[in-house]
Amino acid sequence: MNILAIFKREWRAYFASPIAYVVLTIFALISGYFFYSLLAFFSLSSLQATTNPGFGQGLNASEWIVRPLFRDIAITMLLLMPAATMRLFSEEKKTGTIELLFSYPIRDWELLLGKFLAALALYSAMLGISLLDIAMLGSLVTLEWGLILSGYLGLLLLGMAFLGLGILASSLTENQVVAAVGAFGVLLLLWVIGWSTEAAGPTLGPILSHLSIINHYDSFAKGTIESRDVVFYLNFTLLCLFLTLRSLESKRWRG
Amino acid sequence: MIEADRLTKYYDKHTAIRNVSFTVEKGEIVGFLGPNGAGKTTTMRILTGCLPPSSGTARVAGFDVLTDSLQMRRRIGYLPENVPLYTDMKVTDYLAFVAEVKGVDRGRRRQRIGEIMDKCGVAKVRQTLIGALSRGYRQRVGIAQALLNDPEVLIMDEPTIGLDPRQIVEIRQLIKELAGQSTVILSTHILPEVSMLCHRVIIINNGQIVAVDTPENLTAGLQSSTKLRIRVEGPVNQVGMALTQLPGVLRVVAEDEAHLPAGQAGAQAGETTHSFVVESERHCDLRREASRLIVERGWGLLELRPADMSLEEIFVRLVTKEAQEARA
Ligand SMILES: Nc1ncnc2c1ncn2[C@@H]1O[C@H](COP(=O)(O)OP(=O)(O)OP(=O)(O)O)[C@@H](O)[C@H]1O
Ligand SMILES: [Mg+2]
Repeated sequence: MNILAIFKREWRAYFASPIAYVVLTIFALISGYFFYSLLAFFSLSSLQATTNPGFGQGLNASEWIVRPLFRDIAITMLLLMPAATMRLFSEEKKTGTIELLFSYPIRDWELLLGKFLAALALYSAMLGISLLDIAMLGSLVTLEWGLILSGYLGLLLLGMAFLGLGILASSLTENQVVAAVGAFGVLLLLWVIGWSTEAAGPTLGPILSHLSIINHYDSFAKGTIESRDVVFYLNFTLLCLFLTLRSLESKRWRG
Repeated sequence: MIEADRLTKYYDKHTAIRNVSFTVEKGEIVGFLGPNGAGKTTTMRILTGCLPPSSGTARVAGFDVLTDSLQMRRRIGYLPENVPLYTDMKVTDYLAFVAEVKGVDRGRRRQRIGEIMDKCGVAKVRQTLIGALSRGYRQRVGIAQALLNDPEVLIMDEPTIGLDPRQIVEIRQLIKELAGQSTVILSTHILPEVSMLCHRVIIINNGQIVAVDTPENLTAGLQSSTKLRIRVEGPVNQVGMALTQLPGVLRVVAEDEAHLPAGQAGAQAGETTHSFVVESERHCDLRREASRLIVERGWGLLELRPADMSLEEIFVRLVTKEAQEARA
């Protein structure tokens, strides 16, 4: 099974270089810090709520901790994932190993999928780390697991979009830094265009809002999985993978 | 086994190869010769499906490189020019990966990898990271990955470059053993290698094929004259004159004995050793006549041997002839 062979090689390559360790450690630190500060703020607020009767009724941990944590995780991923995808094709192009790969009986899409799934596995491992925080929280307070599930589903879909764009960038250049900065820049742009939708006017506004990669996450954060948001992320990912295939083909054409 | 039909490849406007056509029969070893930038690598890339031609077609192992690329790629082994390997993998892990993507049966994989490692002499570095291997060992791993799937067609871009003399002999032996079962096309800059290994030679220059023939025919066919190299002890002018008068001689060129100290040469006043190259008509063997002449005159015959045109000379002549024609 070629996809599996490529997947295994890429997965090992992540851990043969410092990339996987760096990305996993930094993610653990940052998400742990976010979690800790949210938890501290939450307990402080709960304390105030119990001593001050006018201050809201029973604070909800899912809303006060989990939801903002997921948003922080999404931003952290935006920063980190380009580093995880940058070498996937760039390095092969730079070192020439892609020439040998192209001479093996592997279809381009098998190659692409193997690499994509390896990156997705790394991403899932990162989400797994954050799950430890959530599990710990779950042992302290009662959580709405439905909300958490939909939050993770959203993060997974969002991550696929990040990875798709990252791989596309990697297939377009043989310079890893260019691939990482390019992917990061485009993702950030797609993130921030959601902020200016009101100012953009009645025609452009909804378009920008639709393109904004993070606006589609809102429904998952609320625990209501909307099919159009699922479709958006899947389409976005597929488009990126499709363009990557074209880019690989043209790599063959240009040599 | 390999049929190239009018292959042409442009890089932007630059033409890398133009109308390259040739065929290679099953079991043949064919050498690909040409100066730097002649288009050898480009042609090989096209044959391995890494690079599509701008025009023309090629069939390798019975499958079109463009339309049946996958089938074709199952049946070939390729050693690219700079042996690009994954430097972050150990040799065994790398070969296991290649065996898997090349579709070697799961059950046979371990055994096959072991065999190939022994054959290519990389068994003792099996647990070394490829990035830590010397150039020669990397080359061997490159050859090993090419051979893993028992390819019907083996395409090797400068397979012996960077190897030490002993390794070169071993690798050549390995390639020779493949003849008959596999079809091999290899490029090289080492001309004696071609006469040693190859059944046929394709000489390419400036992206075009200049000659396709056996090494023997090439050396014989291009020689317009027979040459003898003679070292004689005697007066240079008289010896030269005498040799010129032999039947069938076209030209006699005396070669300077530059290594003799000037004083010594002067002291003996022309009575010393000289080398001559005697060029005579084709198929005219002057060895008997020349030796008799020299001995009869009482000079010393120190050396007499045919100075055949080497493949180097043939190559240079073909390639420069092309260049001159192109300029004209
Ligand atoms: N990727 C590329 N882009 C542009 N031009 C190229 C490219 N690859 C090769 N060329 C050009 O095509 C021509 C043929 O190159 P090729 O690498 O096939 O030569 P070669 O015979 O293998 O030479 P060498 O003996 O140095 O390996 C050269 O003029 C080279 O500059
Ligand atoms: Mg070359």
